[in-house]
Amino acid sequence: MSSAPIDTAVDATARARDFLGVTRLTNSALRGWLHGLPGVDHVGCDARAGDLGTRSIKNDAKLWAIDLAISMIDLTTLEGSDTAGKVRGLCAKALTPDASDLSTPRPAAVCVYGDMVPVAREALGTDSGVGIAAVATAFPSGRASMAVKLADTREAVAASANEIDMVIDRGAFLAGDYLTVFHQIADVKQACGPARLKVIMETGELVTYDNVRRASWLSMLAGGDFIKTSTGKVAPAATLPVTIVMLEAVRDWFALTGEMVGVKPAGGIRTSKEAIKFLVAVNEVAGEEWLDNKWFRFGASSLLNDLVLQRQRMKLGFYSGADYVTDDAPSLY
Amino acid sequence: MSRVEVKKTYKLYIGGAFPRSESGRSYEVSDTKGRFLANAAKGSRKDGRDAVVAARKAQPGWAGATAYNRGQVLYRVAEIMESRKSQFVEEVRAAEGLTPARAGAVVDAAIDRWVWYAGWTDKYAQVLGSINPVAGPYFNISGPEATGVVAALAPQRSSLLGLVSVVAPIVVSGNSAVVLTSRDRPIPAITLAEALATSDVPGGVINLITGDPAEAAPWLASHRDVNALDLTGVAGTDLDWAQLEAAAAGNLKRVRRPALDGLTAIEEDWLPTPDLSRLESFLETKTVWHPKGR
Repeated sequence: MSSAPIDTAVDATARARDFLGVTRLTNSALRGWLHGLPGVDHVGCDARAGDLGTRSIKNDAKLWAIDLAISMIDLTTLEGSDTAGKVRGLCAKALTPDASDLSTPRPAAVCVYGDMVPVAREALGTDSGVGIAAVATAFPSGRASMAVKLADTREAVAASANEIDMVIDRGAFLAGDYLTVFHQIADVKQACGPARLKVIMETGELVTYDNVRRASWLSMLAGGDFIKTSTGKVAPAATLPVTIVMLEAVRDWFALTGEMVGVKPAGGIRTSKEAIKFLVAVNEVAGEEWLDNKWFRFGASSLLNDLVLQRQRMKLGFYSGADYVTDDAPSLY
Repeated sequence: MSRVEVKKTYKLYIGGAFPRSESGRSYEVSDTKGRFLANAAKGSRKDGRDAVVAARKAQPGWAGATAYNRGQVLYRVAEIMESRKSQFVEEVRAAEGLTPARAGAVVDAAIDRWVWYAGWTDKYAQVLGSINPVAGPYFNISGPEATGVVAALAPQRSSLLGLVSVVAPIVVSGNSAVVLTSRDRPIPAITLAEALATSDVPGGVINLITGDPAEAAPWLASHRDVNALDLTGVAGTDLDWAQLEAAAAGNLKRVRRPALDGLTAIEEDWLPTPDLSRLESFLETKTVWHPKGR
C-alpha cells in the first residue's frame, strides 16, 4: 500500500516502456495505450454520480465526515491580487479554522502561488501540521517554455513548498501529443524532489470523460502523486462525475501497480453537502483507504467556512451564521 | 361527461422560486366548514434554513436599492393584488368563513395596507431619524437602517390582511423576511407569493413557508443568522412566545412580542390603520458625527 516514489524522469520513461511493453516510448505507443482504455459511459457515470449524491449522511456520521472534509482541504488563494497580508490571513485561518472551537481540525495545506511560499512558511512554521502547496508551471494556463516551468517548480520547492500543483499542457494533450505531456510531467516530478506532485488536468477543457480517463492514466504513468481536476479558473471545475472517473482510474491503477495515487477535486465545491457527496463517492468508488488527507483533498476556499458553520450547528444545536466564522473577503486583508 | 376538478398541490416560496418542501411532505387545507381546498407544502426546519440563506443573500441588494425604488416595487405588488382581487376574495372567504362582502372589504384593506406601507419607504427615515443637539461643533445625525434578516410568524386567523400587515413593515426599510404562514389558512399567502413572484420584488426578499410553525419557529428563533424575530403569529398556536424570545437572545435578536392579554398571546385587530411601531421594530439606528465647517 505504499506509493513507490519514482526518482527520475529516466525511471518514469523506463517504467512506462515496461508498462506498455514497448522498447521505445513513442507518441504512437502512448496513444495506442491511452486510446485502448475502455470508454466511459457518460450517461451511466452521470447517473452514478446522481445516485451517490442521494445518500443520507446524518448525525455522528455527518460530524465525522465534516471533520474529515476539513482535514482534507487545501485552503486556497490564487488571485492576481494576492498580497502577503492575505496569505498570512489564510494561514491564520488554517491554523485556527474556528476560534470558538479549538477542537476543529486543521486543513491539510494552504495552496498559494510560488512567490508566496516564503510568506506562508513564516506564518505556518514547520510543526503546525499544515503543509504548503504551491502552484507552479505557469499556472493556470501552462503556456510557458519547459525551462520556465522547471525553474518555477524548483524555486517553489527551494522555498519549502511541500507539494507542487502543476498544470498539464492541455493544448498538447488535445492535439494528441501525449509524449510531450508525459515528459513534462516526468520532468516536473524530477524537479519536485521530495515534494509531492499534483497534476492538474483542467478537466473543464478536456471536453469528454474519455479524455479525463486518458489524462488520469497518463499523469499516473508519468509519476504524478495526485491527479487534480482543475485550476479553479475554468468552468466547469470539479464535478462529481469527473471525480468519479478519476477515482476509478486511481483504483484501477492501484490494482495494476500496487501504487496509491491521490485525487484532488478543486474549484466549485462550496457547501458541506457537496463535500460529503464527494466523500461518499471516494468511499464507494476508490475505497476506504482513500478517505485520508494523504490521498484525497479538496481545493477550496469558501468551503471551509461552510463546514465550520455546519460543525457549529452540530455541536451547538442551533444554526450558526456568517458572523460567527472568519470573513475571508479579500477586502479585509 | 362531467369534468374532473383539478386539485391543487401548492409549494413553498423561497428565494424567488417555488420549491417543494425539503421534507417532501404536504398537508390538506380545508375551509372553515371542513371541505377540502387544496394541498399545501408542509415546510420543515430545513426549509426555514434554506429560506434564511436566500434572505441573507437578497438583503444587501434590497436595502441598497433607493427608498424611492423600493416604494415603486412594493406599490407594484399592490397593483398585482388588485388585478387578482377576485381570487383573493374567494380564498379569504373560504379560509376565514366570511361573507363575500366582508371578504371583499378585508381584501381591499389588505391592498390598501400594502400601498400605505409602500408610501413609507422614503419617509420613515425623516420621521424616525433626528438631528441631535450636541455640545460641540458637530452635526450629529441619527438615521434608521434595516436590521437584516427578519423571521416572522404570520397571524393564524387573518390569512391575508394580517399577513400583509406583518410582512410589509418588515420589508419597507430594506429587511428581508422569512415568514411562517398561518397553518390552517395558508392559501391566500400562497397566492400572495404568486403575486410577489410576478412583481419586481427581488427573489429572496420575501420567503413564505407554509406548514406548522411549531416545527420551524424554534429553529428560526435560535438561528444566529437571523437578526430579528416577529412573534405576532404565536397567538392561536401551542408555541410559547417567551421560550422563543429566550432562544432569540442567543445573538441578541430584536424581538417583537405578540399582542398580549396578561401573558397570553392574542391576535390583534388588523382593520384599523396601523402606526409606525411595526416598521420601527426592525430598524437599527446609526448615528454619525460630522464636523461643522465654516
